[in-house]
Amino acid sequence: MTLQELRAMREAGQKAMDRRVGGDKSIEIIVGMGTCGIAAGAKETLDAFVNELNSKDIRNVVIKQVGCMGFCHSEPTVEIRMDGMPDIIYGNVDPETARKIVHSHILEKKLVDKHVFDRPSKDIVKEK
Amino acid sequence: MALNNFCLVCGGTGCESSKADDIFKNLRTAVEAHGLTGQVQVVKTGCFGFCEKGPIVKILPDESFYVEVKPEDAEKIVAEHLVKGRPVKELLYKTADQVTAKTEEDIQFYQKQIRIVLRNCGIINPEDVQEYIARDGYLGLEKVLFEMTPQQVIDEVKKSGLRGRGGAGYPTWLKWTNTSKTPADQRYVICNADEGDPGAYMDRSTLEGDPHSVLEAMTIAGYAQGATKGFIYIRAEYPLAIHRLEVAMKQSREMGLMGKNILGSGFDFDIEIRLGAGAFVCGEETALIQSIEGKRGMPVPKPPFPSVSGLWGKPTSINNVETYANIPVIITKGGDWFASIGTATSKGTKVFALTGAINNSGLVEVPMGTTLREIVYDIGGGIKGGKAFKAVQSGGPSGGVLPAASLDTPIDYESLTKIGSMMGSGGLIVLCESDCIVDVVKFYLDFSVEESCGKCAPCRIGGRKLLNILDKITKGKGTLEDLATMEQIGFAMQRASLCMLGGTTPNPILSTIKFFREEYLEHIEQKKCRAGKCKDLVTYTVIADKCIGCTVCARKCPVNCISGERKAPHVIDQSKCIKCGACFDACKFGAILVS
Ligand SMILES: Cc1cc2nc3c(=O)[nH]c(=O)nc-3n(C[C@H](O)[C@H](O)[C@H](O)COP(=O)(O)O)c2cc1C
Ligand code: SF4
Ligand code: SF4
Ligand code: SF4
Repeated sequence: MTLQELRAMREAGQKAMDRRVGGDKSIEIIVGMGTCGIAAGAKETLDAFVNELNSKDIRNVVIKQVGCMGFCHSEPTVEIRMDGMPDIIYGNVDPETARKIVHSHILEKKLVDKHVFDRPSKDIVKEK
Repeated sequence: MALNNFCLVCGGTGCESSKADDIFKNLRTAVEAHGLTGQVQVVKTGCFGFCEKGPIVKILPDESFYVEVKPEDAEKIVAEHLVKGRPVKELLYKTADQVTAKTEEDIQFYQKQIRIVLRNCGIINPEDVQEYIARDGYLGLEKVLFEMTPQQVIDEVKKSGLRGRGGAGYPTWLKWTNTSKTPADQRYVICNADEGDPGAYMDRSTLEGDPHSVLEAMTIAGYAQGATKGFIYIRAEYPLAIHRLEVAMKQSREMGLMGKNILGSGFDFDIEIRLGAGAFVCGEETALIQSIEGKRGMPVPKPPFPSVSGLWGKPTSINNVETYANIPVIITKGGDWFASIGTATSKGTKVFALTGAINNSGLVEVPMGTTLREIVYDIGGGIKGGKAFKAVQSGGPSGGVLPAASLDTPIDYESLTKIGSMMGSGGLIVLCESDCIVDVVKFYLDFSVEESCGKCAPCRIGGRKLLNILDKITKGKGTLEDLATMEQIGFAMQRASLCMLGGTTPNPILSTIKFFREEYLEHIEQKKCRAGKCKDLVTYTVIADKCIGCTVCARKCPVNCISGERKAPHVIDQSKCIKCGACFDACKFGAILVS
C-alpha cells in the first residue's frame, strides 16, 4: 500500500463512520467481545441477536464485534447505533434482553429499561 | 406517535439510596399528567459514574445533564424542559467557574475518565484494520516516516513526559535514547505483554480491543531507535489476545504497513510473537530476554542494561503494552497535548483494573493525579453491599495497601511510592470490612514465594521465612517479635534481592504493618480475626436461645457436623467443623455465632 492509498482508506472509513449521522438507514449492533464479555456470555448474546433478527426478517442490521468497553461488572455489553435513536450502550445483555432490544429498541424505538449505561468518557479521537 | 425524548435516571447503587427511585416514579407520573406518554420514555440506567453529584437525570437526544435532582424537581423538568423545551437552568451542572454547562459535552470530562490507551476499545472491530485506520490509525506512523527524523520522534516523546506503564515508571524517551545511542548493527524493540499479577488484565484488554495500536507504536519505536525487528512477549494463557494480534499482523503485512519498505518509505520493520509459559518472573525484562533467547527465564544482574546489551547482546528497548498504546496518540496529537494531562511528574493517564468489593468493577482509565476516592466512589460506585471501605491494594504482589487516609492522595508514581505502594501495572483491589488484612497479605506473599525463581538467597529464603511467620500469625501463634522480624527480613530483601520480584515481595507486609498494625496485634494478642477470614481463629457455635431447630444449617453443612432434633437447638461438632461459614449464611434466625 502506498501513502496515498492509506490516506484514501482513512478518509473513506471516516466518511462511513459519520454517515449514520446523515440519516443512513443501517443499524449497528456492537457487541463487546473481550475475554470478560465472552466469559459473561457474549457469544450467547450474539447468537440471540442473530437468531432474533433472522426470525423477524430484519435485514438492515450490521452486527459488529469489539473489545472490552470497560463495564466488566455489567458484561455482556452491547451498543446500538441507529438512525432516529441516540447511541445507547446496554449492559447485562443476556439472550432474553437481546431479544427485548430487537423488539423494543430497534423495532419500536423504545429504550429497554434498567439496562442503559453511559459512555465512560469522551472520544479523544473525534476531538480535533 | 413516535418517542422523541428519553429521560434517563441514574439507578446506580450509589444513587439508588438517594431517592433515584422516587425521581423515576415522579417523572413517569409527570409525563403522564402532561399527556406525553407516547412521546417521552423514562428509563432507569446503570451508574453514570458521577455519584458525587447524584442523582443524575439526563435527557436524550439533546444530552441535557441534570445533577443533584430531588424527587420534587421531576415536575419542573417535565413541564419546562419536555413540554416547553426550556432546560431547567438551576439543575444543570455547573462547572468549577460557575458557568452552567448545558450538555455533558460541555462538562469538562464529567465522567472523570479520559481514554487514550483505551481510545478504540469497545469502539472498533479489533479484527478489521480499516476501522482502526478510520480512527486515525497509522496516522502517527505516516507522520513519523515521512515528516520526522528519529530524533524528532524521541523529542516528541520526551515532550509528552510519558513514563513506562510496566511498573517502574522509567521515562520512555530516555530508554529510547539510550538504546539508539548504543552503536550496533542491529537493535531490537520488545513489547512486554507478560502481565501476570493477580487481578490485572489491562494489557490483555488493550491487545484484545485494539491490537493495531501496539503494532503501530512498536513500528514507530523501531524507527525512532533504528531497530528493524520487534518481539511481542505474551503469555500463552491469553489466547484471544494472541489470536487478535496474529490477525492484525497478517493484515498489516498484507497492506504494507509492516515488513519491507513500509508505505514506500524505505523503512523495514517486522514483528514476531513469542509465547511465555506463564512464570511471573519472565515479565522482568532481563528474564524475558533470556526466555526469548530460548534459555530459562531467570533475571540477570543489571548493568548492563538491555539498552546497552539486551537480546542476543544487542541494544534492546523493552516497553509495556500500555506504554506503547500511548505512542500513536502522542505523535498525532503532540507531546504538549499529552503533557497537559496529569500531574507535574506523571503525565497522561493510567488504566486500572478495578476489582474486589466494589460496585462497578471494570477497566478504568483516568488522568494521573486522580484520587483514589474518585476512582472508588465516583467511578466504582462505592463499596458493594453498603459495607465499609477498608483499603485499596495497588500494584499487585509488588505493591502495598492504601488505607482510608490515602483516599485523597492524587495517584501518580511518586505519591504511591511515598506511601509504600507502587503504581505497578495497575491492578486495584478494593477491600472492605469483611476482608482480613493479614489474610490478603498472605495471599500475595504466597504468590510471590511461589513465583520466586530461586536464583538469589534473599528472595528464596526471605520470602519463605516471611510466609512462615504470616502463617503462624493467622493461626494465632504469632508473637510481637514476629512483627519486628518481618520488618527486618523485608528491609533486607528490598536491598539485597537480585531483581525487583524479591525486592518488592515484602511491600504488602511492610505497608500493612505500617497502616494496619492493630489488625496484626489483634491476631497476635487477642487471637482474633475481626473479618472471620483466618479460619484457625474463628469458631462457629449455635446460640441455643435463638435456634428454633429449623435444620437448615445441618443440611447446608458440607461435612455434616451439625446435629440436633427438629425444633430443638442444634449443636456444632467443633472437631469436625471446617469453618466454611455455610451455616452462618444459611441461618435466617441469627443463631450462628462467629467468634
Ligand atoms: C517480577 C517482575 C514482573 C514484571 N512483569 C511485568 C509485566 O508483566 N509486564 C510489564 O510490562 N512489565 C513487567 N515488569 C517490568 C519490566 O521489567 C520492565 O520494567 C517493563 O516492561 C518496562 O516497560 P516500561 O518502561 O514501558 O514500563 C516486571 C518486573 C518484575 C520485576
Ligand atoms: S529476587 Fe527472586 S525472582 Fe528475582 S532473581 Fe532473586 S530469586 Fe529470582
Ligand atoms: S439454621 Fe439457625 S435456627 Fe435453623 S437449626 Fe440451624 S442454627 Fe438453628
Ligand atoms: S462452619 Fe461449615 S463446617 Fe462448620 S458447622 Fe458451619 S457449615 Fe458446618
